[in-house]
Amino acid sequence: MKDRFARRKYIIMGLILTSALILIVRLFLVQIVDKTYRVSAANNALRPVTQYPARGLIYDRNGELMVYNQAAYDLLVIPVQTSVFDTARFNEILGITMDDFRERMRVAKAYSHRTPSVFLKMISSETYAVLQEELYRFPGFYVQARTLRKYTRPVAAHLLGYVGEVDNRLIARDRYYRSGDYIGVSGIEKSYEEKLRGSKGVNIFLVDVHNNIKGSYADGRYDTIAVPGTNLWSTIDLGLQEYGEKLMLNKTGSIVAIEPATGEILSLVTSPSYDPSLLVGRVRSSNFARLQADTVKPLFDRALMASYPPGSTFKIMNGLIGLQEEVISPTSLFSCNYGYHAGSITVGCHAHRSPLNLPDAVAQSCNSWFCNAFRNILENSEYESVQEAYDRWREYLVAFGFGNKLGIDLPNELPGFVPARSYYDRYYGKDRWKALTVISLAIGQGEIGATPLQMANMTAVIANRGSFYIPHVIKKTGEDGTPSPLYTQRYTTGILPENFEPVIEGMEGAVNGGVGSTARGARLDSIIICGKTGTAQNPHGKDHSIFVAFAPKEDPQIAIAVYVENAGFGSTFAAPIASLMIEKYLTGRIKRKYLEDYVLRVVITPDAEEE
Amino acid sequence: MQKRNNILARLDWVTVILWLLMMVMGWLNIYAAVYNEQHTSIFDMSQRYGKQLVFIIAALVLAVLIMVTDNKLYFFFAWFFYGIMIFLLLLVLVLGKEIHGARAWFEIGSFSIQPSEFAKFATGLALASFLNSRRQSSGLDVMAPATAIILVPMILIALQPDMGSVITYFAFFIVLYREGMSIYVFISAILAAALFLLTLMLGNVPVAAGLIVLAIVVMLVTSGWSLTLRALGILLPAAGVAFLAGHYLLGMKTSGIIVIAVLLAGIGYAWYIYRLKLKMPAIIYAFLLGGIIYLFSVDYAFNNILKPHQQTRINIMLGIEEDPFGEGYNLNQSLISIGSGGFSGKGYLNGTQTKFKFVPEQSTDFIFCTVGEEWGFIGSVVVTGLFVWLLLRLLLLAERQRTTFVRTYGYGVVALFLVHFFINIGMTIGVMPVIGIPLPFFSYGGSSLWGFTILLFVFLRLDAGRTEYLG
Repeated sequence: MKDRFARRKYIIMGLILTSALILIVRLFLVQIVDKTYRVSAANNALRPVTQYPARGLIYDRNGELMVYNQAAYDLLVIPVQTSVFDTARFNEILGITMDDFRERMRVAKAYSHRTPSVFLKMISSETYAVLQEELYRFPGFYVQARTLRKYTRPVAAHLLGYVGEVDNRLIARDRYYRSGDYIGVSGIEKSYEEKLRGSKGVNIFLVDVHNNIKGSYADGRYDTIAVPGTNLWSTIDLGLQEYGEKLMLNKTGSIVAIEPATGEILSLVTSPSYDPSLLVGRVRSSNFARLQADTVKPLFDRALMASYPPGSTFKIMNGLIGLQEEVISPTSLFSCNYGYHAGSITVGCHAHRSPLNLPDAVAQSCNSWFCNAFRNILENSEYESVQEAYDRWREYLVAFGFGNKLGIDLPNELPGFVPARSYYDRYYGKDRWKALTVISLAIGQGEIGATPLQMANMTAVIANRGSFYIPHVIKKTGEDGTPSPLYTQRYTTGILPENFEPVIEGMEGAVNGGVGSTARGARLDSIIICGKTGTAQNPHGKDHSIFVAFAPKEDPQIAIAVYVENAGFGSTFAAPIASLMIEKYLTGRIKRKYLEDYVLRVVITPDAEEE
Repeated sequence: MQKRNNILARLDWVTVILWLLMMVMGWLNIYAAVYNEQHTSIFDMSQRYGKQLVFIIAALVLAVLIMVTDNKLYFFFAWFFYGIMIFLLLLVLVLGKEIHGARAWFEIGSFSIQPSEFAKFATGLALASFLNSRRQSSGLDVMAPATAIILVPMILIALQPDMGSVITYFAFFIVLYREGMSIYVFISAILAAALFLLTLMLGNVPVAAGLIVLAIVVMLVTSGWSLTLRALGILLPAAGVAFLAGHYLLGMKTSGIIVIAVLLAGIGYAWYIYRLKLKMPAIIYAFLLGGIIYLFSVDYAFNNILKPHQQTRINIMLGIEEDPFGEGYNLNQSLISIGSGGFSGKGYLNGTQTKFKFVPEQSTDFIFCTVGEEWGFIGSVVVTGLFVWLLLRLLLLAERQRTTFVRTYGYGVVALFLVHFFINIGMTIGVMPVIGIPLPFFSYGGSSLWGFTILLFVFLRLDAGRTEYLG
């Protein structure tokens, strides 16, 4: 075959020769003509000293400091730059043994002979002062300043979270982090890491063989300045948080308090908790292991992660949905004969007047009333089937934030659980179930699960008569910061404001009513509290005590959900705790010392492990 | 037995010796690059130099295996290889292990393998097979499908994304050039690249303004005053309208306004050109509009499609940006190590710079640093010379083929080696941006060594059988 383009081989040969020529000319320039590289190489014991910015501070809603920084020092070593030195004196300053020294050197060499690695982490300022004087005697070693977190009060550990070293997986993924850097691992420290961390700077120094800095490399052309982290203003009321943790001492459970008008979280208590300063500095890993092994699980954030059946507090939801769907009215009367009886099904109830209307049924927590109401919701003739009515019912719950993560600005939030129609279809067969099959949902028992945060949010919705803002813990980032747009978006629930009034009347009655009211222990003389008790069945031990409330009735300032595990009825402990929290927040001091003492004295050991 | 001897006799031993020499030199330099006081034995299997020895032995076995296969295999199964590689490139996007943000590797036990290294071989074969089946032509009927054969693996690799490997596939266009692709395609590509670089260096609006001025000047030269003034008379009101509408009504950026202005002017100008049948102004206008749309789209692509570190690398290469402790630092360290080698180098294992962990990938992509530092200018020239020898030798072998198939495949090998050689060494001395591709036979790593060995030996096998009929 004729090769029409045979002459093009010369062009390609030329391309090869030109390429090589370009490289050789450039090599000639770099290696022979330009002498500066040889000088650079001679001085090229470069020491990059990272300038770690101070992490942002965190303030509470009243501008009180919660988290700040203290100085600490890491001792770094570059093994090739070390030479014979007085190890005895060295170890004496640092307070380590010779074996310890050898082991640390071995680890450093194993990492690299020529790049710096941390020899000893977080030396105290005192040791640093001594060491700094004599550092010239220890070539290859140098000190890098770091900051450690410090807390003004030993509270809000889960909320604030802690800072730890980055792991290698993240280093491989994120170019910002280098080995030994710190990063927020949980809580606000994690979710606002990018704001808090600021941005690292680096100074590159030329260092001679005697470990003396000869000056900055390339006149500081490659240096960068560290930018300090942004300060955060939290929505938390530090005093209220501390008080809540005090009340929950020796009990297991959680308190979530929200300002209904904004969705700002006032306190986020989980108990048992721990002192956040336990997870700072050199003691962090040993303390962490200890906390992790603790049987009461102090690292578990119950406020966001524990999913409990909401119990009778959930009757509020069924009341609201019933009203909105117009299958009940505030004046609907249902009788109660020590419970609800339909065919073979019985849902028991306590002794009370019968029949009741809606507000009284809420106030006295009548099971029978709400079983009837729930059955009306599901057997609504507006819908083709129970299943369709159930879907509608579930939509309302989802609109209230149940069954999904609410989207709080903290990591690890769990979604809780509201069974979908398909869940029951799988269990009983497609459309083979009726209102009575799922009747326990009427009183908040059964398959449903909600976190304390979701229950507090539900209470905030009621306080707002139908709308809410996503609960959040950070108000603004930076002095002139604005709240994230995520948290200024108002969400509505599809229930008309007027439908809230009879339910709120019932909640008012539960706390402030007469005979048969379930939460009279939560009553406060000066302020009208509206609340609802609940008891979450606990298959593993004694039932959990629940109380949700908001106050004052008009223009509510606080909505709160309290869970106390294994404490029995909601009225027993949860209601007094909620009441005290409300009193503390709204009046600033506690008048009812007897009630406070009653709560503080009680020790409830979790009996979840029994059975 | 007769046939086997025949092959050995026909095998191009010059190439084989160059190949062996390069592998051994690479191995010695890897040893120097990762030299470690605690593992001084070059045979230490826990270290990269030990592993590289295993890779080299495997490459020798691979070479022997290829030599004993039937050369018709590669001719008849070219498309089969290509299909398998495309399948593997798809599979790696799903099952691949993510390393440095790219899904480019299969992980089988403790062993990783990179299909894009082997896809080069399959692409070369498929391209050769296709061109062999057509009459030599620079027409689209040949060049369009040929381009498609190259683009399919390129796109799949771009999805990983491994831009370094993608760039090496441009080598195949050298093959297309040899087989007739118009030189104007390459000139346009070079112009486009120049426009791209100018845009990055000067910003899009100045370059757009420059293009408009250039168009006016060309217009003046070719068409005279009168036509130019009339064209300007249309352009200026169009620009005014576009500015008012774009800026005040739509809130557009300057770039958008310029495009709209030129478009509007074109619409206003079109009837005029049409009426007077003016060819030159039409061409000038088409180039102006094409150029402006192109430069704004590359600007957009650069800022929105390339990853930040790739942008940084190009910016550093162009001197727009100096990265304190990242990409620019690597290049600087690389230059210091090569530059400090001087004329005769510091001597084997006496290099101080390449042993800093500061230069990353010093045993893989930056292996030439060790050569430059320890063997100096002499060593660098020797290595460059070896590559030139290999490339010219292979080109010679390709030219002596009787079939388009083997010649084209051979050119594929030459072109791939050339691109790897030039980019890899170029990036260590600041001639090219830092693109992470290996130096053939020198860099540490099994996949690349075997990939290059397969490329080379399939060609040597085909060359050894050049007197036999393939078909």
